[in-house]
Amino acid sequence: MAELWINYIWPVVWIVIQILMFLVPILLGVAYLTYAERKIISAMQMRLGPNVVGWFGLLQPFADALKLLTKETVLPTGASPVVFFLAPMITFSLAMLAWAVIPVNPGWVISDLNVGVLYLFAISSLGVYGVVMAGWASNSRYAFLGAMRSAAQMVSYEVSIGFIMITVLMTAGTLNLSALVEAQSEPLFGVLPGWYFIPHLPMFIVFFVSVLAETNRHPFDLPEAESELVAGFMTEYSSMSFALFFLGEYANMIMMSGMVSILFLGGWLPPYDVAPLNLIPGVVWFAAKIAFCLFVFIWVRATFPRYRYDQLMRLGWKVFLPLSLIWLALTAGFLVYFDKVPA
Amino acid sequence: MIAATLAFYLFSALAIVGALNVIFQRNPVHSVLWLIFTFFNAAGLFVLLGAEFVAMILVIVYVGAVAVLFLFVVMMLDINITMVREGFLKYLPVGLLVGGILLAELITVFAGWVMSDSADVLRAAPAPDPSAISNTEALGLILYTDYIYVFQAAGIILLVAMIGSIVLTHRTRAGVRKQVIGDQNARRPSDTLEVVKVESGKGLQ
Repeated sequence: MAELWINYIWPVVWIVIQILMFLVPILLGVAYLTYAERKIISAMQMRLGPNVVGWFGLLQPFADALKLLTKETVLPTGASPVVFFLAPMITFSLAMLAWAVIPVNPGWVISDLNVGVLYLFAISSLGVYGVVMAGWASNSRYAFLGAMRSAAQMVSYEVSIGFIMITVLMTAGTLNLSALVEAQSEPLFGVLPGWYFIPHLPMFIVFFVSVLAETNRHPFDLPEAESELVAGFMTEYSSMSFALFFLGEYANMIMMSGMVSILFLGGWLPPYDVAPLNLIPGVVWFAAKIAFCLFVFIWVRATFPRYRYDQLMRLGWKVFLPLSLIWLALTAGFLVYFDKVPA
Repeated sequence: MIAATLAFYLFSALAIVGALNVIFQRNPVHSVLWLIFTFFNAAGLFVLLGAEFVAMILVIVYVGAVAVLFLFVVMMLDINITMVREGFLKYLPVGLLVGGILLAELITVFAGWVMSDSADVLRAAPAPDPSAISNTEALGLILYTDYIYVFQAAGIILLVAMIGSIVLTHRTRAGVRKQVIGDQNARRPSDTLEVVKVESGKGLQ
C-alpha cells in the first residue's frame, strides 16, 4: 500500500497540485486582464471605465462572469453540435496547455522538456483549430468568413514566428526553456543586460507584431472584425461557450507574453545581477515582464486602426518573412565567423 | 513501467479508433478532425519512444500546417456525400488492390527487419545512448553530415513543387486595383498639392 502511494498516487497528486499552482494565478490574471484592458483604454480615451462594482470597479470581472453564466446557451439551427461545443474548449485548453513548459523561476516548471521551444510553437500553432472549428460548426456566413480569415492569417504569421524562434535558439544553443533563460544571464559587452532583445532588436519587434497577429489582437483582429463580420467566428456563441472563447483569447495573450518574456526579455532574470535588483524574486521579475508585454498589447489596441486583409497578407509574407530569413542567415554567419556557436 | 505500457495501449487504441473514424465518418470535415486526432496519438507514441523532437515536428508540421490546409479546403468544398458514395462498388476492386499491395509491402519491410540476414548488422549499428545525446542533436548530426545530399535534394524537390504550383495557378487579371505601398510612401505633398495665397475679395484665376 505504501509502495503504491509513493510510486503512483503521490506523483499524480503532486502534479495536480503543481498544475493548480499555475492555473489559479493564470485564471485570476485573465480576469484582471479584462479589467486592466478596460481601465487602461478608458484612461487613454479620457473616460472613467468600470467603477461601480466594488472599489474602483475591482469586482467587475466577477460580475461579468456571473452574468455570462446565467445566460442561455444557444445552439444555432444546422450547427454541428459536437464540433460547436468542442471549439471553445479547444481554444481554452490550448492556452492553458502551454504553461506546462514555461519556467517562472529556476526549477519552477511543471515539465522541464528538452524540446520546450518546439512544444510552445506547436501549441501556439494549434490555436487556429478553435477558431476554424467554431466558424465551420456555427453554420453562419459571418462565422465562416471569420474562420477563413483566421486560418490564412495564423498560418502566415506562424512562419515568421518560427524563423525568429530558430534565430533565438541558435544564439542560445538549446531548445530547453530554462536553459534558454540561463543563456541570457551573461551580460552583453560586460555592461548591457544579456537579454536577447538587445542583439535581436529588429526581430523582437517583428516577433511582437507577429504575436499580435497570432492571437487575433488589434490591429490584426480581422477574424472578429465587428464592423464587417458582426463578431466573426464567435457570432453564434453565447453564455459559457462564449466565456470560454473570451477566457481563451486572454489566456493566450498572457501565454504569448510569457513566450516573449522568455525568448527576448530574459524570463526571471533581473537586468543586472546586483544587490537591490537580485533580491526581488524571479517570479516577480517574470510577472512584471509579462505585465509590460500585456500593457503593450492593450496600448496597441487603443492606438492603431485595423489592417485591411491584403495589407495583412503583404506584411506577413513580403515584409516579415524575408526580414526574419535575412536575420537568420546573418545570425548564423555572425556566430560561425566570430566562433561564438554555443557548444 | 506499468504507466508507460498503459499509455502505449491508450495511445495506440485511440489512434486506431481515430483512423477508423477518418474512413467511416459521413461528413468529410469530421473525417479531417479525426485525422488530426490520429496525428496527436501518433505524436504521443513518439514521445513514449523517447523521440520528443519527432513528436513535436509531427504536431507542428502535420497538425499545425498540413491539416489546417486540409480542413480549410474540405470546408470550402461543397461535397455531396451521396455522389461520393455512388461509385463505391465500381472502385472497390482498385482500392482493395492498392491496399493489398501496401499491406504486402509493409509486411515485407517489417519481416525483413526481423528475419533478413543483413538485419542483424543494421540492428547492431551503434545507436547513440539516449541519455548522452538529445535526439534533436542526434538527428542534426546525421542529417547534416551523412545524408546532406539527400536532405538538400529533398529540399530542392519541395522548392520546385512550390514554384511549380504557384506558376500553374497564378493568373494576372486585368482591372485589378492593387496597392503599391512604395508609391504611396514616396508621395510628397508637393506632388499633389499647391498652396495658393488668395487675397480677400478676389477669386482664383
